[in-house]
Amino acid sequence: MKDLRPETEAELAGIVRDTSEPLRIRGGGTRPIGVRVNGAPLTTAGLSGIDLYEPGALTLVAKAGTPLAEIEAALAAEGQRLAFEPMDHRGLLGTEGEPTIGGVFAANVSGPRRIQCGAARDFLLGVRFVDGRGEVIRNGGRVMKNVTGYDLVKLMAGSYGTLGILTEVALKVLPKTQVTGSLSCEGLDDETAIAALCRALGSPYEVTGAAHMQAGPEGAPRTMIRIEGTEASVAYRAGELRKVLAAFGEFTIDTDPDSTKATWRAIRDVQPFHGTDGDIWRLSVKPTDAPGLVARIGGAEALYDWGGGLIWLRVPKGTAGPNIRTAIAETGGHATLIRGTRGGGVFQPLAPPVAALQECLRKRFDPKGLLNPGLMAQANEAAE
Amino acid sequence: MEMPAPNPDILSRKADLVARLLDILPADAVISDPAETRAYECDALTAYKCPPLAAVLPSTTQEVSDVLRICHEMGVPVVPRGSGTSLAGGALPTEDSVILGVARLNDVIETDYDNRFIRVQSGRTNLSVTGAVEEDGYFYAPDPSSQLACAIAGNIAMNSGGAHCLKYGVTTNNLLGVTMVLMDGTVIELGGAHLDAEGYDLLGLICGSEGQLGVVTEATLRILHKPEGARPVLIGFDSNEVAGACVSDIIKAGVLPVAIEFMDRPCIRATEDFAQAGYPDCEALLIVEVEGSEAEIDEQLETIMGIARTHDPVELRQSGSAEESAKIWLGRKSAFGAMGNINDYMCLDGTIPVSQLPYVLKRIGEMSKEFGLDVANVFHAGDGNMHPLILFDANKPGDLETCEAFGAEILKLCVEVGGCLTGEHGVGIEKRDLMAHQYGERDLAMQMAVKDVFDPKWLLNPAKVFPLAASDAHRIAAE
Repeated sequence: MKDLRPETEAELAGIVRDTSEPLRIRGGGTRPIGVRVNGAPLTTAGLSGIDLYEPGALTLVAKAGTPLAEIEAALAAEGQRLAFEPMDHRGLLGTEGEPTIGGVFAANVSGPRRIQCGAARDFLLGVRFVDGRGEVIRNGGRVMKNVTGYDLVKLMAGSYGTLGILTEVALKVLPKTQVTGSLSCEGLDDETAIAALCRALGSPYEVTGAAHMQAGPEGAPRTMIRIEGTEASVAYRAGELRKVLAAFGEFTIDTDPDSTKATWRAIRDVQPFHGTDGDIWRLSVKPTDAPGLVARIGGAEALYDWGGGLIWLRVPKGTAGPNIRTAIAETGGHATLIRGTRGGGVFQPLAPPVAALQECLRKRFDPKGLLNPGLMAQANEAAE
Repeated sequence: MEMPAPNPDILSRKADLVARLLDILPADAVISDPAETRAYECDALTAYKCPPLAAVLPSTTQEVSDVLRICHEMGVPVVPRGSGTSLAGGALPTEDSVILGVARLNDVIETDYDNRFIRVQSGRTNLSVTGAVEEDGYFYAPDPSSQLACAIAGNIAMNSGGAHCLKYGVTTNNLLGVTMVLMDGTVIELGGAHLDAEGYDLLGLICGSEGQLGVVTEATLRILHKPEGARPVLIGFDSNEVAGACVSDIIKAGVLPVAIEFMDRPCIRATEDFAQAGYPDCEALLIVEVEGSEAEIDEQLETIMGIARTHDPVELRQSGSAEESAKIWLGRKSAFGAMGNINDYMCLDGTIPVSQLPYVLKRIGEMSKEFGLDVANVFHAGDGNMHPLILFDANKPGDLETCEAFGAEILKLCVEVGGCLTGEHGVGIEKRDLMAHQYGERDLAMQMAVKDVFDPKWLLNPAKVFPLAASDAHRIAAE
């Protein structure tokens, strides 16, 4: 079926008003996360363009279908960036296409710097969206501090188009830093590595990345810490961190712009798992719980980001779901199946009263069940 | 400010209600004597007062749940209250409501430095959260001016900010999880010690919902290691326009100070008389603070002062010691006190795009003449969060009304230039009737639909946030 591709917000609202068939909504289609939706495909890619960019106010407003690359280029020209560093899912999921800014927020996609500066949702200042009745709704604005009424902006972030179709987003941007320093240490076991990362993150040295690969580029485990700033400041903090971390191992420092960029892009995009077999799970946990959790699940290869708080797990196809759910139920946190057999549900099952609130909200935003129905369904309701 | 008429049926059942509350709470946690309920008749928006039917002070999540269940069963409105420091009337009761104060919920439940969080009961004050971890070198970042008194529960309800949120974000950016009680007594957990709560971002939704969706009893908060040091620089200018341009240039240059505070001439004068902070006599003053090691501070301040020099400052003074830093901040921190010393004042809280700063200040100056009331401006310039202080005389008939009308015009101006009605204080009753200037009917209906979901009977803090005319249908349908 040919994609519905509205060119204006009004046209999109009209489509939603007039349809009685469910819609399968996507931006660039590079992040097919969640239960597969049966419905007419609709893309927001036709709603494109930067409407406003004020570097001196650190704010940008763009239509939801604007390619992420276009926004990043506009920011780079002013020495600014999306500080939350959204990951590119194409390598991991084997998808093609052009990631859109709306897709980034619909899936609340953040990268390694999330640990220091916040998630995508923390940078989303305002939204316009079309709800399930075809009404255009506005919430938030384009200023950094805003507590006027309820924060539906946060609610829209990470709701995967199940509450409304984003048409415009206003976001906060930040200055780029001049120099990146990447400290790394080879050969630490998971437990020691996470302890080292926690120590670094608990220091005053403003760590903006803290990751551990069980199998680094050379095959051996590699633990990595990122700091950013001016040349003098990065040199100073690298030195201080090496002292703080001496008890864990010898950390070397890399400040080469190309190699540090490649290193952190590899972590951001979970590069070690590209082109591999198996299911990929994404777990968010209390950092110090992470090594034990991975050990209990067993038979998995892990990449830890966010100081251990984010675990990327590669497990044999279709086998590990129940195991992961049981293990994480004990520690707290949540697990999402990002790639693989979806039979056991994709998202973390919620406590019944919370699931009930979520379902009631969905019905108020989308009473006819048109918007990506079932995408975020609980395991026992999953269609597949 | 109009409030809904009290429900006579509820008033007539007071004795029954109090008896039921006494069944589940200790006697000293139920306040029903009219002489004592007056202590809860208002918050920091003191122009409006109304004693509640009763006030309760539960000590546990279970007690909060029991109170809410009883009020839910009896159809009695509940107004949650942190420390009562709201400037927007967020904790203003109605005659037929029960005040649910969280002041006795003030324990630290867990401190975890490895994972950088603290879990506290929600009645704990903002400053005492930092107090619980500062000996070990940590702090909780959001720092509203009322931090000595204000409770975490209120911070969450209003999504409070502070001077340092340019770098560290506001409450919602530092909140990891909550235990919350719904109006029917159901206890739910959202988030926890991990990042990005599962499912829809209900944590983000309840933060800033002004106590209308549930009562938060426990909170998991992100804590950070203190920076090695911090140092402010004082920059004085001949005009507001130039000061505004300097703020924009500093931000564009890629340095991100931890705070950029702005004061205009009336405010500088008043604070100078009050606190003798040694401020220069000029039109506009910036306090810019940066953090890091001594060398890192020097480097950042050099950049900032370089930018300032291109704008011909009339004063450029870097703090040379901890005492000087304290003195520079003293004036800013005593600004509200200084204004209060001169007169009664109303503190506004609109946010504007930083680029609109000079224009908005000019218009406020013009309006000040039209309304015949003086206004002083002190605000967080880095993020455009303004705090115009309108001076009036509460004893002079009509002055409060003129002041409110002036305030409303300023807030409408904020919305007109692309900003919003409130950056960190919340809507409460104060800005309730202005909501239609910021949002369309459908935008507000969508927000009210959220309240329908969490509190179908509209019993939690019901007469706040939304214009009464808009929320009428929901509140009356629920009765």
